[in-house]
Amino acid sequence: MSGGEARAVGVGSALTAPAPRPAEEASRLPTSEERELRLRVDRSSRRPVLVAFGCSLVALLLGSVFGLTASVQMHSPELAGPGWLTFGRVRTAHLNAMVYGWASLAMLGVSLWMIPRLVHQELKWARLAEFGVWIWALALGYQLVRILGGIPSGMEWLEIGLYTGDTFLTVGGGMVGVALLRTLLARAVPHLYVSVWYIMAALIWFPIIFITGNWPAWAGAESAAVNWFYAHNALGLWLTAINVGAAYYLIPKVLGRPVYSYQLSLVGFWTLGFFYSLNGMHHVIGGPMPTWMITTSITASVLMVIPVAAVAINHHMTVVGRFAALRYSPTLRFVVLGAMAYTAVSLQGIFTALREVNRITHFTQWTVGHAHVGVYAFATLILFGSIYYILPRVLRREWPSARLISWHFWLVLLGIALYVTALTVAGVFQGLYLMDPAVPFRASVDVTLAGLQARSVAAVMLTAGHVVFAWHVWRLWRRPTPERELAPFHALRPVVREAGS
Amino acid sequence: MKQTWLLVGGALVVIGFAWMVLVGIPHTMLVRVEAPPGLEPYTESQARGRTVYIRNGCIYCHTQQVRDDAFTSDVARGWGRRPTVPADYVYDRPHLMGTMRTGPDLINVGIRLPDPEWHLIHFYDPRAVVEWSIMPPYRFLFDEVPEEEVGPDDRVVAIPGRGPDEPVVVATPDVLALVDYLRSLNRSYPLAQPAGAAEDAGIAEPGEPAEVDDRSGRTMP
Ligand code: HEC
Repeated sequence: MSGGEARAVGVGSALTAPAPRPAEEASRLPTSEERELRLRVDRSSRRPVLVAFGCSLVALLLGSVFGLTASVQMHSPELAGPGWLTFGRVRTAHLNAMVYGWASLAMLGVSLWMIPRLVHQELKWARLAEFGVWIWALALGYQLVRILGGIPSGMEWLEIGLYTGDTFLTVGGGMVGVALLRTLLARAVPHLYVSVWYIMAALIWFPIIFITGNWPAWAGAESAAVNWFYAHNALGLWLTAINVGAAYYLIPKVLGRPVYSYQLSLVGFWTLGFFYSLNGMHHVIGGPMPTWMITTSITASVLMVIPVAAVAINHHMTVVGRFAALRYSPTLRFVVLGAMAYTAVSLQGIFTALREVNRITHFTQWTVGHAHVGVYAFATLILFGSIYYILPRVLRREWPSARLISWHFWLVLLGIALYVTALTVAGVFQGLYLMDPAVPFRASVDVTLAGLQARSVAAVMLTAGHVVFAWHVWRLWRRPTPERELAPFHALRPVVREAGS
Repeated sequence: MKQTWLLVGGALVVIGFAWMVLVGIPHTMLVRVEAPPGLEPYTESQARGRTVYIRNGCIYCHTQQVRDDAFTSDVARGWGRRPTVPADYVYDRPHLMGTMRTGPDLINVGIRLPDPEWHLIHFYDPRAVVEWSIMPPYRFLFDEVPEEEVGPDDRVVAIPGRGPDEPVVVATPDVLALVDYLRSLNRSYPLAQPAGAAEDAGIAEPGEPAEVDDRSGRTMP
């Protein structure tokens, strides 16, 4: 995508009418009532969506700096610095900034925008939702300071303090959830589109797992079980559910084509909830935990093939024959790549849950690579795509520069590819060396060094990509709204028709 | 789907089921696990050391678990005489089992490395004792004090390679507690049942101290 400002007019674009089911409304221009409705709906969610996206971007930038710092320290440990900059704290700040700051806040923004659109109803209790987002964001900011100050609660993914953080995140998230539920109950459409299932279910699931994980009652081996029950579901029932839901909305929407199969969506949704929620104990394979729990999780992990295949087929068949459209819609490019990464990370996850593989890869850099295929290549790319789509609609003006989008896209795409390759390869060797008691431990450290250094290069690229993105959002924000109502994407229609089936 | 209640209800059923299987039922089993006779509760100083361990994120590079030796090399590597079982963790709140082995497993490090001086030097400058180490230095857990100001109770650490005119390195109470904690890490006492049976049930009941559970006969380095 090299085309200068002119081409940029259509970049955030969809080709067709938003509708409760993009399917039926495909390939025709919206009527004036529909346009009216959308404007009204977007206006109702504008403030909370903007707050959520704004805060998520701040977290993204902070998290990138933390990530880069931790990465460099790992291969150059002498760059340790004072206590608040020690690896163990910066790494933790990175994870929490990215998961609870960037991803979760951006997901709240996506949900707040998408649900009203999908149910043809203005966002109810928008003030409450906005307030909830602020509570979440500010509490998280304070928690990052605490983590750097060395007061984490000790379990991975659950480092946020119980009373000073978890409570506020639960309340803040709950306020957003309640506002969305209220909106859903006031819906003006008979049917609930697939994305509504995923997003609303995630908003119900998350508080349940979050409270379970943080409940101060667990000790010993049990706290490990609950730890992984939570952490795995934070990926499966929170990050995955909302981002799969967003992809289900955006792919058909941008292409102007119905989702391939309604039945498959149903199968995919319910099996995802059922199997994913049982996966957690594959994080303690061979560990001090009742064997039946681990076996249950391994079995459920393998059965994840069903929802993954259902979603993959559904998304792929919706795009197939129109891949050329990826060149013209940045939303589609990010989202389709994210959806592919979802398939990839799920298959990798199933593979890694097998005892034979897990015993080698478990405690190595492979796992870090895998986590980034999930949270980055899948979730983050879809969130970028969503923001490219949503922000112009909320602000009623187009992205100013196609070139900046290209830079963002290529920096993060190549960055994450390098990241994952480097750590996956390093992890396999690390694991094989650790498995062989005849190989001294030192070899398992030395063999990862090149990979860790390459990862730092990747971290620079990703950080640069994020800076470009944030700068572009800033420019969009400062740009005046055109007098004329935004008439989306007429420019793209012919191109896609040619390319399409 | 047309009904909101179907969606909400279905979502609750799904998560409720998983909750029962992975949280509810295990709770009824694991809550009954009692400490084996060989396992002492942490002393005050060790407990303090444990929080220092948590606060500085040692968990992100070190595990504290010996996995099943039927399909891993953890025992063969000398990280324990037997796989750890739930009973080994009854005093751990929260658990620190970890997910990453950038450094060695530490659940039995008290047996391997009993010397406090080694640990202190290692924390101040890991590469002074292990030249290829990528462990971060923890100098902020030490004070640098001019020689003449060292008090009688101060624990001075002789860091190799420091010149005589440089200030003296004094260990803080935090790092001393941390060393205390590490030296207490030892899960080699015998279990009542053969380790294999304990794993199957997932529960090691305390009882008659067994003779040995060291099936392999391997010894720790
Ligand atoms: C960036 C990863 C990293 C972090 C963080 C880290 N370590 Fe290490 N640790 C290592 C590596 C690598 C080794 C092996 C080389 C060595 O002995 O220094 C090691 C070795 C050790 C050893 C010696 C174990 C043995 O069997 O030889 C101890 C004890 C130890 N670390 C304790 C700690 C404590 C306590 C903390 C937290 C304050 C910590 N480590 C933080 C990477 C790390």
